[in-house]
Amino acid sequence: MKVSELCKAAGFTLVTDKQDNDREIGGVYACDLLSWVIGRAAQDAVLVTVMTNVNVIAVAVMADLSCVVLCEGVSLDSAALQKANENGVAVLSSDKPVYETCLLINKVMCNK
Amino acid sequence: MSTALNMHYIVDGSDFTTAGEASTAVKMSLKKLGIAPDIVRKVAIAMYEAEINMVIHAGGGEADVMLESDKITIRLIDHGKGIPDVELAMKEGYSTAPDTVRSLGFGAGMGLPNIKKYSDEMYIDTEVGKGTTVTIIINLH
Repeated sequence: MKVSELCKAAGFTLVTDKQDNDREIGGVYACDLLSWVIGRAAQDAVLVTVMTNVNVIAVAVMADLSCVVLCEGVSLDSAALQKANENGVAVLSSDKPVYETCLLINKVMCNK
Repeated sequence: MSTALNMHYIVDGSDFTTAGEASTAVKMSLKKLGIAPDIVRKVAIAMYEAEINMVIHAGGGEADVMLESDKITIRLIDHGKGIPDVELAMKEGYSTAPDTVRSLGFGAGMGLPNIKKYSDEMYIDTEVGKGTTVTIIINLH
């Protein structure tokens, strides 16, 4: 499943632009501790988190994640949004909590 | 063996939010050079963690990346306070990072273990009060 397909099927909002939204998704990793994310998330994974600082984007770049899904309607700070756009990291927004967001992603990926 | 390519970076220790710029630049350079994506990912993760550590604990420093035909060597040199107990620092979950860093998602005591996990060889040369040199080697084949 592609990032753009996940965004549409799950009803998420794309908060960044100019990204490679056709990138394929390879799994899901939910966590707010960035050192855990960078050490354990698989390449191409979707990161589900409520962290919104610029380091989230740096970790997504380093660990080669497919996109970031922010939960509970939280917003990226301006520096993070700029870095995401500069580095081509797609960031999606979900109004649901982390657990419900993960269930929703699982549902749309299983229905694909 | 002769060195094919050297890259040198100054790591600014004054702003935690910009930490990772050297790692980002190295990742882009290796990608452009056609290095295999899984190798680039290992280098990016190991160097990023070391760079973050350098900013958190030592107020910045310098990073050298040497690309040779069979391996990539990353050497990060700081003149910070040093590591009193390397064995303890290598344990997952052990951290001396301040709360400000923890609130940003780091300081979980995973930095050095992550570097070890993603490198083929890792060496720490440290002296309390003098500084620390972390050397990371990642094989190309």
